[in-house]
Amino acid sequence: MTEMADYKSEAENQWCPGCPNFGILEAYKKAFVEMDLPPHRICMVSGIGQAAKLPHYLRCNFFNGLHGRALPVALGIWTANPHLTTIVSTGDGDCYGEGGNHFLHTLRRNPNITVVVHNNEIYALTKGQASPTTPEGERRTLQVRGVEVSPLNMPAVAVLHDCTFVARGFAGEVDHLKDLLVAAVSHPGLALVDVIQPCITWGTRTVRWYQDRVRMLGDDHDPGDRDAALGEALGRKDEFPIGILHRKEPRPVFGRRFRESVTDRPLHEAPPSRDGVREILSSLRPAGASG
Amino acid sequence: MEDLNVIVAGAAGEGVQTVGDILAAAISARGYAVSTWKEYESRIRGGQNSFRIRVSDAPRNAPLEAADVLLALNRGAAEKYEKRLKPEGTLVFREAFEGRNTVAVDFTGTAEEIGKKIYANTVAVGALAAVLGMDLDGLQEVLKRVFEKKSEDVQEANLEAAEKGYRAAEKQCDGVCPWTLEGAEGRYLLMTANDAIPLAAAHAGCRFISAYPMTPSTGVITTLARERDRLGVFAEQAEDEIAAVNMAVGASFAGARAMTATSGGGFALMVEGISLAGMTETPMVIVLAQRPGPATGLPTRTGQGELLFAINAGHGEFAKLVMAPSDPKDAFYKTVRAFNLADKYQTPVILLTDQFLADSRFSIEELDPDRAGVEIHTADPSEIRDYARYRFTESGISPRLIPGQSEHLVGADSDEHDEQAHITEDLEGTAVPMANKRLAKLAGLRSEVGPPEEVGLDGADTVLVGWGSSRAALLEALELLSGDGVKAGLIHFTELWPLPDYRFSGDRAYWSVEANATAQLARLLRSEYGVSFRGHIGRVDGLPLTAEQIRRTFHDRNG
Repeated sequence: MTEMADYKSEAENQWCPGCPNFGILEAYKKAFVEMDLPPHRICMVSGIGQAAKLPHYLRCNFFNGLHGRALPVALGIWTANPHLTTIVSTGDGDCYGEGGNHFLHTLRRNPNITVVVHNNEIYALTKGQASPTTPEGERRTLQVRGVEVSPLNMPAVAVLHDCTFVARGFAGEVDHLKDLLVAAVSHPGLALVDVIQPCITWGTRTVRWYQDRVRMLGDDHDPGDRDAALGEALGRKDEFPIGILHRKEPRPVFGRRFRESVTDRPLHEAPPSRDGVREILSSLRPAGASG
Repeated sequence: MEDLNVIVAGAAGEGVQTVGDILAAAISARGYAVSTWKEYESRIRGGQNSFRIRVSDAPRNAPLEAADVLLALNRGAAEKYEKRLKPEGTLVFREAFEGRNTVAVDFTGTAEEIGKKIYANTVAVGALAAVLGMDLDGLQEVLKRVFEKKSEDVQEANLEAAEKGYRAAEKQCDGVCPWTLEGAEGRYLLMTANDAIPLAAAHAGCRFISAYPMTPSTGVITTLARERDRLGVFAEQAEDEIAAVNMAVGASFAGARAMTATSGGGFALMVEGISLAGMTETPMVIVLAQRPGPATGLPTRTGQGELLFAINAGHGEFAKLVMAPSDPKDAFYKTVRAFNLADKYQTPVILLTDQFLADSRFSIEELDPDRAGVEIHTADPSEIRDYARYRFTESGISPRLIPGQSEHLVGADSDEHDEQAHITEDLEGTAVPMANKRLAKLAGLRSEVGPPEEVGLDGADTVLVGWGSSRAALLEALELLSGDGVKAGLIHFTELWPLPDYRFSGDRAYWSVEANATAQLARLLRSEYGVSFRGHIGRVDGLPLTAEQIRRTFHDRNG
């Protein structure tokens, strides 16, 4: 059995003291212990932003790449080795802004990876500009007269595109978030967990404000009902339903046909295909010329 | 035999490529060295395209300008390409054409007699075969192979169509078809660089390609996708080139040899990802198939305008390797080498091709995959106790493990990082030595790079300097210049970055020959070796360099 200490990283933490990100980090460790996932079976993938630093603070394999590009890197990693538990740690700017196109196409592909979005409705690492999820009218350091464009709701987009696991968590509810992470990682298909993570430095509202407005989804919510899932994903103004919004039998995962007909092993273990090369090369010799 | 040069011309969708392919295969099957190239418009229907076939006793693999025979599938094609025909050349067309030796065959009408208009192309192939002095049986053998998967009726109809075209042309051949292609002894592979590169990649153990379709690079991923079961490569069409390069980086990090392929605009989008591969020390191979720019440029044409872009691709300073193969055989060996060196130095390797090289079939005498040794450079986890992905070493090469393969943990970071791959702000103690570690690999890479090829430098007072796909045209240009009394030699580069240790002797007139306007190789060589150039022989019309054009431009500029 693994324990919390197995996931403790030696790297110096650069987050602001008291940041709700620490709650998310805690939830990961608890989830991994519950799943008994040894660090070397995990690969965390991130782009740029405060959420993207999280892989450094967990003891496991990790790839901290470019802003917005965590999803394609994660797709490559998981495709090359589907036995790695591949988790993307990203933020609203990284995943829904810079990497928005990748997010849409990841929904289409349905790789068996978990995408955890630290959604703080702000660009924190660049000091407080609006993000794609900042509500209309709210002021940010660049949008000094208030945001004039409407926010994206990517959990709703994910439900619409039949992502078979969509959840919303709250960084202030660590055990609840832990349960969501366990369910997401265990789901054999793409899983999106959008986590409300108030920014205590640049944000305009306190953690308490969010705490008072989250509502845990109860047994009366049926995650298999897409309309209900969409309703809860859209939420209402100043009210945040948390829990599993949408969960269904997974669709076939990305690369299934390749896995069935070529190899289900990690690609680096697959034997080279020299015979195929020779065969095709000889077919390039026009008939008659082969003697 | 004098070299024979054939043009097949027609609108997009009219079957130019089909006619050309069948004819090239039939002539190659007779034992001749065939090389083909094509130029086409960026459209699916209409316009005027051409497919060129050069036939010789020994491989020449360079385009010739003046044609002996022109097959025109429509009047516009006849009018556009007739000026490429030698005065004594023969036009194969549906009707007589003023001022030209014409063999008139009604392709469509004849096809309709057989039953369907669709056989018109095979009628044309038959007519062309008669004009070129081929025997009908040989052609029909090739046709049987081409249509082997079709129904018996379709096969029969095509054989009949070829025969009708052949007989119709044969009757008119008196005095206007002096050629015979009875047979020669050669046995050649007929292949393009877009055939060679994916095969070489699979041979080298590439297991993953992600790419976004972009002419003229698309053939690389298409072949790997089509041949999935024989080659075992996972191929994914990415949503854009940014995704393509990042997917390949991810796959490579997780242990799969990985590649991508694109052209100028797509490569521009990939540049940040190339820098990522450099920073995270992730091996990868990028095929950059050049076409003229800027922006969308001439999307289906050829050029050599991306040399300095490729060499300088990626923000920040890191080691990379850039190679530009000269032909499909060289592309095969260099692709394997690219994977080996990317793996050894844990860094991106760029293979520069172009539309000419990507699309042109070359006759190749021998290609032995076993001659291209595959080297694996990942470390053995059982030999490592305390693992650090970016361990400081003298060579700059840190042991690379694959995540999940052992209990060792593998990290990678696009931020400046410490040996454990964690973000660092320790400037003196960590950031500087880490940057130096990465750059130390440049010295190793430089030691791997081969010198340029030298041809006829003894006694030469004029030296042409070129790179990549123009090699065969340059060699032929030397012959033409020699006939004009010019003592010319050639220095030809295929390994372009880092540049090898090399000395340009000072007593010769150097001319850069490149399909670009700004003499990019010359600028590079000037800055690296201090060599100065007498002049530049460039080409920017999107067509390949030819010996005739090199000779013309040389005399114009030198005059």
